[in-house]
Amino acid sequence: MNRPLEGLLVLEFCQFLAGPSAGLKLADLGARVIKIERPQTGDACRSLSIKNLFVDEDSLLFHTINRNKESYTADLKNPEDLAKLKKLIAKADVMTHNFRPGVMEKIGLDYAQVQQINPKIIYGMVTGYGNEGPWKNKPGQDLLVQSVSGLTFLSGVDTDGPVPFGLSVSDIMCGNHLAQGIMAALIKRAKTQKSVLVEVSLLESILDVQFEVITTYLNDGGKLPDRSGAKGSAHAYLSAPYGMYQTQDGYIAMAMGNLPNICAIIRCDISDLYVEAGSAFENRDKLILRLAETFKQDLTANWVNLLESNGIWCAEVLNYQTATALSTYKNLEIEQQLELGNGKNIKTTVSPIRLDKRKLFAAKAAPKLGFDTESINREFEIK
Amino acid sequence: MRPLEDYLVIDFSQFLSGPSASLRLADMGARVIKIERLGVGDICRTLYTSNLIMNGESSVFHAINRNKESFEVDLKSEEDCEMVRELLKKADVMIHNFRPGVMERLGFDYPAVSALNPAIVYGEISGYGTAGEWKNKPGQDLLLQSVTGLTSLTGNADSGPVAMGLSIIDMLAGAHLAQGILACLYRKAVKNQGGFVQVSMMESAYDFQFETITTFMNDGGSLPERSKQNNANAYLGAPYGIYQTENGYLALAMGSIPQLGNLLGCEKLEEYVEVSEAFDKRDEIKAILASHLLTQTTEKWLSKLEPADIWCSDVLNWNALMAHDGFKVLNMIQEVQMVDGYRYETTRCPIRIDGELLTSPKGSPKLGQDNEKIIKEFITHTTINA
Repeated sequence: MNRPLEGLLVLEFCQFLAGPSAGLKLADLGARVIKIERPQTGDACRSLSIKNLFVDEDSLLFHTINRNKESYTADLKNPEDLAKLKKLIAKADVMTHNFRPGVMEKIGLDYAQVQQINPKIIYGMVTGYGNEGPWKNKPGQDLLVQSVSGLTFLSGVDTDGPVPFGLSVSDIMCGNHLAQGIMAALIKRAKTQKSVLVEVSLLESILDVQFEVITTYLNDGGKLPDRSGAKGSAHAYLSAPYGMYQTQDGYIAMAMGNLPNICAIIRCDISDLYVEAGSAFENRDKLILRLAETFKQDLTANWVNLLESNGIWCAEVLNYQTATALSTYKNLEIEQQLELGNGKNIKTTVSPIRLDKRKLFAAKAAPKLGFDTESINREFEIK
Repeated sequence: MRPLEDYLVIDFSQFLSGPSASLRLADMGARVIKIERLGVGDICRTLYTSNLIMNGESSVFHAINRNKESFEVDLKSEEDCEMVRELLKKADVMIHNFRPGVMERLGFDYPAVSALNPAIVYGEISGYGTAGEWKNKPGQDLLLQSVTGLTSLTGNADSGPVAMGLSIIDMLAGAHLAQGILACLYRKAVKNQGGFVQVSMMESAYDFQFETITTFMNDGGSLPERSKQNNANAYLGAPYGIYQTENGYLALAMGSIPQLGNLLGCEKLEEYVEVSEAFDKRDEIKAILASHLLTQTTEKWLSKLEPADIWCSDVLNWNALMAHDGFKVLNMIQEVQMVDGYRYETTRCPIRIDGELLTSPKGSPKLGQDNEKIIKEFITHTTINA
């Protein structure tokens, strides 16, 4: 299969999640991605585990983010290594890094100096909070970025206080934006034959995620989001029934819908709370609680059958065990197996993008630290 | 020069997923024409969030559809379809997010469109793929969060399922579609080859969870367990979380427990000397931290932790954020204007190219506002026989 980024060489100086997740996207789309790693330790993510899960010497987390890549070790403070790297940079199409502002300038690999080595390079930079201002040196860490961005006042109920998203959402969205910026830059370069600088930051990315609600805030006299006090509500800006409700044996999720119609179907009397269309908003909390009383009285499957047969948008709330057992999960081929050698393998996800009717499977496991250094030196005649 | 200058995108999509992808392409320089249904348009125009109506249409529509044009057509009229076909012959990209089967019926599915224009990049978003028993289910964000296990990651152990309070799966699917389209546009630029990009919200939801679902797959299928209180990530130990202080909140991302105990003057924490205890005993550690942090102000705690390079932060709402120089320096807000002069503020594209902010002064389009101009510019006379 001909993958769109075939033939392109990407050097990834990034660590952790944001930058490397962009590298993974580019790799699955066909680019050759070489991680440039510090000798001995490498990407700090190699030793950063969740639930203490390791595969050989590297964390499962590292394996998840860095499959389908190669590893080249170089000490950026060693002049010999730096000279070798510059030879590699001269042959590359893209390089990415997420060092704090000033670090690459000191090493001599900032954009201006890299352009001298390679006038056609796409240079991608990830920062936490941009390159200037009082926050430029703050650690670009996901939870902290969520915390300053206002995002934590959108989930959960109002009595919870701030509720962060339970995933590194700023890192992941920033990685998505970096991948987009790099590919746009490649298109630009195809026309101009000149280098392009691409910059993203975790903070700008998490603000972009909030673009709808921030636009509402900006044009509504600066009114802050008003989360519901009722457990299960799912969106500060949407009215009842939007949310999740406990049933006799689990939970049901209700999307937006015509409230009187839905209540007639499930036989929930809201006549005292719902007097006009605006009531769905004004009495949101009370309505959610009223609906909750009804949903508790039957099984999830019965509610879903009843509501779906009436064209109402709803779903059973699933966990990983029940979700991955769905036939749709299997049909979409969300999993792939990576061969690690010695008969070992791990399972992980496949790229979510389907091209020309095919999934972008890539079974190559993450590289051991420095695994490809020698062969890359030979290939590019670096001595 | 913007990267996608001179590129033409024909966008049939509605709501958020597809239109968020075309917004990105527009900010990168492409010309985006929304194909909208006669008399109604993108349903998002009337999808009121928070009851906020701006210039007659929903605030959400204005946020998603700035920097685009609107071509109002009746796809049941052969004449209008012919005009759309003429546009597609000249387009670089086409996008839609109709349910499976709709475009086949309308005659705008990939085989039909690539027959008109073999070099076109055709992008589509579905909820659950184009085959299988769920293909006709509505691709609605909360439902996708619910069926992919995502709601078991946010909130505390006893919170029940907690949604992420934004249409995050829509935005991810849009981001992935934009990536697939950009990759194919690069291929088109070097090989003049078309491409077919398909994204489903379900696959996008799992890509978002790739770290946690990979952990699940390789850890004997054990489910994520959120901490009892102050949870911020089901898979991380103490102190990871947000804590109430005397006058606000404090986010704590890292730090060894005894060191935190020492810096915060909390002796009880100094007893947790084993590294593994940060995870294994996170509920009791978080409880101690939470009651201790209540005793002083956020500023006081930050002044003890920041000099020691502990990753921590104040927790801001939008008022406090936007008053801060750290936000102002980003120039994240732009003002745009509609054809009737109505102006509104919104965010800009988060990507900078060659040091340039990808802002654009053009507001969202009124339904059909560009019909005349588009017909004049693209449609040959023989098509319009009226």
